[in-house]
Amino acid sequence: MNVPSEHLLYLSAGLFALGLLGFLVRRNVIVVLMCVELMLNAANLAFLAASRQHSTAEHPALQGPVFAIFVITVAAAEAAVGLALVIALYRLKQSAETDAAAEMKG
Amino acid sequence: MQSHESHAWLWWIPLLPLIGSAIAGALHLATLRARKNDPSAAAPGTLAPWIACAAMAAAFGLSVKGFFTLQELAPSARQLASTVHHWISVNYPARGEFAVDLSLLLDPLSSTMTLVVTGVGFLIHVYAAGYMKGDPGYGKFFAYLNLFVFAMLMLVLSSSLLGVFIGWEGVGLCSFLLIGFWYEKGWPAEAAQKAFVMNRVGDACFLIGSFLLVRLFGTLDMATIAGAIGRGPVELEPDVQLQVSLAALFLFGGACGKSAQFPLFTWLPDAMAGPTPVSALIHAATMVTSGIYLIVRLNPLFASSGWVLPVIGVVGALTALIGGSTALVQRDIKKVLAYSTVSQLGYMFLALGTGAWAAAVFHLVTHAFFKALLFLGAGSVIHGMHEEQDMHKMGGLRKYMPQTFVTFLAGSAALSGLPLMSGFFSKDEILAHAFAGGGLYWGLWIVGVLTAALTAYYTWRMVALTFFGEERFDRHHVHPHESPAVMTVPLMVLAVLSVVGGVLGLPPVLHAPHLLAEWLEPVTRDGSRILAERAGEHELSHTLEWILLGLGAAIALAFAHTGFHAHKRGTAQDETLTARRPALAAWLADAWTIDTTYKRVILLPLRLVSFVVAVVVDQFAIDGTVNGIGASARDVAQWTRRSATGSLAGYAMWMGAGAVVISLVWMWS
Repeated sequence: MNVPSEHLLYLSAGLFALGLLGFLVRRNVIVVLMCVELMLNAANLAFLAASRQHSTAEHPALQGPVFAIFVITVAAAEAAVGLALVIALYRLKQSAETDAAAEMKG
Repeated sequence: MQSHESHAWLWWIPLLPLIGSAIAGALHLATLRARKNDPSAAAPGTLAPWIACAAMAAAFGLSVKGFFTLQELAPSARQLASTVHHWISVNYPARGEFAVDLSLLLDPLSSTMTLVVTGVGFLIHVYAAGYMKGDPGYGKFFAYLNLFVFAMLMLVLSSSLLGVFIGWEGVGLCSFLLIGFWYEKGWPAEAAQKAFVMNRVGDACFLIGSFLLVRLFGTLDMATIAGAIGRGPVELEPDVQLQVSLAALFLFGGACGKSAQFPLFTWLPDAMAGPTPVSALIHAATMVTSGIYLIVRLNPLFASSGWVLPVIGVVGALTALIGGSTALVQRDIKKVLAYSTVSQLGYMFLALGTGAWAAAVFHLVTHAFFKALLFLGAGSVIHGMHEEQDMHKMGGLRKYMPQTFVTFLAGSAALSGLPLMSGFFSKDEILAHAFAGGGLYWGLWIVGVLTAALTAYYTWRMVALTFFGEERFDRHHVHPHESPAVMTVPLMVLAVLSVVGGVLGLPPVLHAPHLLAEWLEPVTRDGSRILAERAGEHELSHTLEWILLGLGAAIALAFAHTGFHAHKRGTAQDETLTARRPALAAWLADAWTIDTTYKRVILLPLRLVSFVVAVVVDQFAIDGTVNGIGASARDVAQWTRRSATGSLAGYAMWMGAGAVVISLVWMWS
């Protein structure tokens, strides 16, 4: 079965939109972080799709997978830092809602 | 000027007082440190007068050595120079080199000045050791006093105008410091400021005059300038003549400031806020004569200056009259002497205006003797009267302070020009020169004679009010006493000098040599020759000279007699004048209302302009602009802060919107 690359991009766009929607509407910080992960993985999928599109048997385009690996690494670090921040926020405010940290309001 | 051999020892004359000043200042600081914790601690500052007097004595000794060294030389070769440093050297391709050396020159004129400064200065230092005893600033006082002498010696010894200017500013600074010595009282600090600011006006003129001389001659060396004019043609090109006249006029303006001439004299009476030895040294004997020194030093320039000489004569005569008439009604004994000093300095400028260089220096020297004596005598009176200066609260002091009284009489006799006293000869010589000048100088002669009459009157009024009549002080609280020997001995020395100082310049009718004029002849020769060639010689017949001498003596005696007898009974005569002519008395007491006029014409508009600048320009325009920028930034921020909602989702939406916009822009372009 040969799935066209465009379909992969559609999937990626759909995942990204879902992540963005969750990021904007959800208040729980953990969920917000999960949505960020979702958007990052949508980006990974787009990388791989583009790489697949541009590869030939003689010249595999490796930039896409490499970039995806980098993104996964950064996402892991980001999750670690993000969860630490969530714990810090919870200790400070006894809450993991984004509104609890709205103190920089102008 | 040829410098055959260097006389580096000349530098010790000004340097010794400078070293003395440094040591005295250090001792004062040591006193302050010692007294900081323990007010009764031994004060090293009490050693300061010894140091200062020793420095003065040594400087006087060197000045005497210089005098005798000069005397051994032929009159035309009487110049000792010492250059230690080529200070400024600038090469202008078009106009040649402009160079200023750090160098001293001892010639008959500067030797005379040096002897007066160190000699009279030494006596005043000794006197001050007694007068200032117990003052918390004892050491500081002698540090300032010695520093003043250093600056004054630099002024009279420097061979270039720039060196003179250093001394000129130095004496101004020390005058400021010493007038305001008792600054805690408030008004001395104000008087010091006034003296400083008014002197700045003169100093600016001095600088402009110096610049004009550099333009004309390309040098600031005074001997070179004087020599260039002396050797040049008597009649100058019109444009050169104009520049010479302007340079002379501006230098005279500088002299007006320092030597307290109309219209810049009003700082001198206020300068009496300083301690009395300061008034004697700086504001009578030395600093205020530096303007006269400057003009005599550059006499060929002034002789060639055309209309500037009559201006000097008129200003001098006017100042003499203002000072003399104002002194008539003063009640403060130091104010009488201050206006008298203004008046006598006016005489010296009158002499310079007639081209009588030697007569001006003669009067300078005798005035240094008798006015220093009178000031120190007044200081002794004030000291004995527990700091009382109002003559209306004195009277009958002659039996309490006999030594001060006798020496004061000698000074008064010399000041009022009683026959055979030093002031008699020097004043007579000036008046004779004015009389011989003819034309305009005739008018100046009349003013001079009138002032001589006023001088005799106010001098003996002062003597009568202070030493004669009933005792008008509170005898329960004030116990007048004679001053200690450290103060009276300098008085006696000065009294002798005031009496016999006239032998320096006996009039020609006595067939005796005019010692001072002969001594100064190498310096004044060119100026006198130029004047003689321009205006012709004025010789008085011996008969006329005898008549003038007799007239001077008669006027002095008559008005001294009137002044003394009108006031020996007490203050009645003063009260009669105030009661009968209140307007006249007030006008005289205010020195012809010149200070009041300054307040109205200069100070008031200045305050008005300052107010406009401070309120309209600064507060409204400048502050308004700055505050307006701040306020508008605040208003803009007030409006934009609403975008910072604090909601994470809101920020993310803006971020997303931004990303979308950027991508769209990127895709389309």
